[in-house]
Amino acid sequence: MILADQFRPGTFVDAFRFMGDNLDLLAHKTLEHMELSGAALGIALVLALPLGVWLGHLHRGSFVAINASNFGRALPSLVLIAFGLTILGIGFWNNTVALVVLAIPPILTNAFFGVDGVDRDVVEAARGMGMTGRQMLLRVELPLALPLVFAGIRIAAIFVIATATIAAIAGGGGLGEIIVNQASYRLAGVVAASLWVSFLAFAAAGLLAVAQRALSPRGARGG
Amino acid sequence: MTPGASGPVIPNFGHASSCVTQNRFFCTDWFRAHWDDTLQPALFEHIRLSAIAVAIGFVLAFALALVAYRVRRLDHPIGLASDFLYTIPSLALFQLLVPITGLTVTTVEVALVSYTLLILYRNTLEGLRGVPEDVREAARGMGYTRTQSLIRVEIPLAVPAIVAGLRIATVSTVSIATVAAFVIPEGLGRPIFVALSTNVFKTEIIAAGGLAIALALTADGLLVVLQRVLTPWARRQRL
Repeated sequence: MILADQFRPGTFVDAFRFMGDNLDLLAHKTLEHMELSGAALGIALVLALPLGVWLGHLHRGSFVAINASNFGRALPSLVLIAFGLTILGIGFWNNTVALVVLAIPPILTNAFFGVDGVDRDVVEAARGMGMTGRQMLLRVELPLALPLVFAGIRIAAIFVIATATIAAIAGGGGLGEIIVNQASYRLAGVVAASLWVSFLAFAAAGLLAVAQRALSPRGARGG
Repeated sequence: MTPGASGPVIPNFGHASSCVTQNRFFCTDWFRAHWDDTLQPALFEHIRLSAIAVAIGFVLAFALALVAYRVRRLDHPIGLASDFLYTIPSLALFQLLVPITGLTVTTVEVALVSYTLLILYRNTLEGLRGVPEDVREAARGMGYTRTQSLIRVEIPLAVPAIVAGLRIATVSTVSIATVAAFVIPEGLGRPIFVALSTNVFKTEIIAAGGLAIALALTADGLLVVLQRVLTPWARRQRL
């Protein structure tokens, strides 16, 4: 529990001192955090991206795509992790499964709407040039859909990093383990880890934004 | 130490049914016995926490969107700031606010409100900008001032986009509010934390988690109804 006598803004100064004194610990926990988040995001990408792109290419399954994201949002991450605990027990897989379930909807939905929403005239023009279905998908639809696809991956990454923090209550390790363990790390440590994990989320979101800009064709870059 | 552990230790294995002592998947007897003292209060607290957050978030985001609608230059900085807040992991944001606002409802509400801003702001602004130029022209032609046009024409036409944003914001808030139990012993997160600290008591987790999901879906459904009521023209068109 958090102790009442520790409420003071000076805690932030203590937090930076904690970072300086415990760099090894924070680095280790960050690595754990990235491992869990990366594994979950990777699995979700492999499962959801091809499905979303394929359905979008066929212009079918908008019902699935819309409802996946609606239902995904209604699943609280804490509840998902707790449910995972009751079914799979404590450990890496419980948390990974929960994170994958959370990451799939935004990736699937955005991939679908990205590809589905590509200007039909452009697709027709590609067909007129004699492109096969596969060529159209890879050379026309997918590049034009990239901004939306990446937006979905970015949302999923933010979800996953945030939820991996909560996963610490179910033995997930990572930076959340410091955040939920005030008894050992004091408020300074908790605040330090909170800042650290926020930074991790910003870094991931920023990296994905950079990757998106680099990969998108000039015409689809927007803003 | 898991927060919420200071609350009553549930289940009380002293007089529990065999289902509860064996921690089976779901014990209806426990559910019925603890609806009044645990689940129902948690549900009501959860509704209150979420409703306040969405209401404040809506007023703030709506005002910001109106400002950005008039002054285009401000769109980018406001969008960036709300994006920034949205990216902070919920548990971290709660804890970062604790040294400032303490273990209070304020801490929880500030965090919950900041998560609603991005989606509500974006959707309101997109909705307003989506009003066709012809319609705006027509309003001007009828002698409406800018404010009249905004209130009588542009905002009503933006309602579908605004309600779409409200739906997403509400569902996410109900979802994130479960984590609030980490800071204050309120909401459906509390029974979940208690259950997690008492040997992963399954019935309580499933009951409280199920209620949270049901609450999110119910709120979503109610907002769909609200949209139908607010935009009767859209309904007439469909018929």
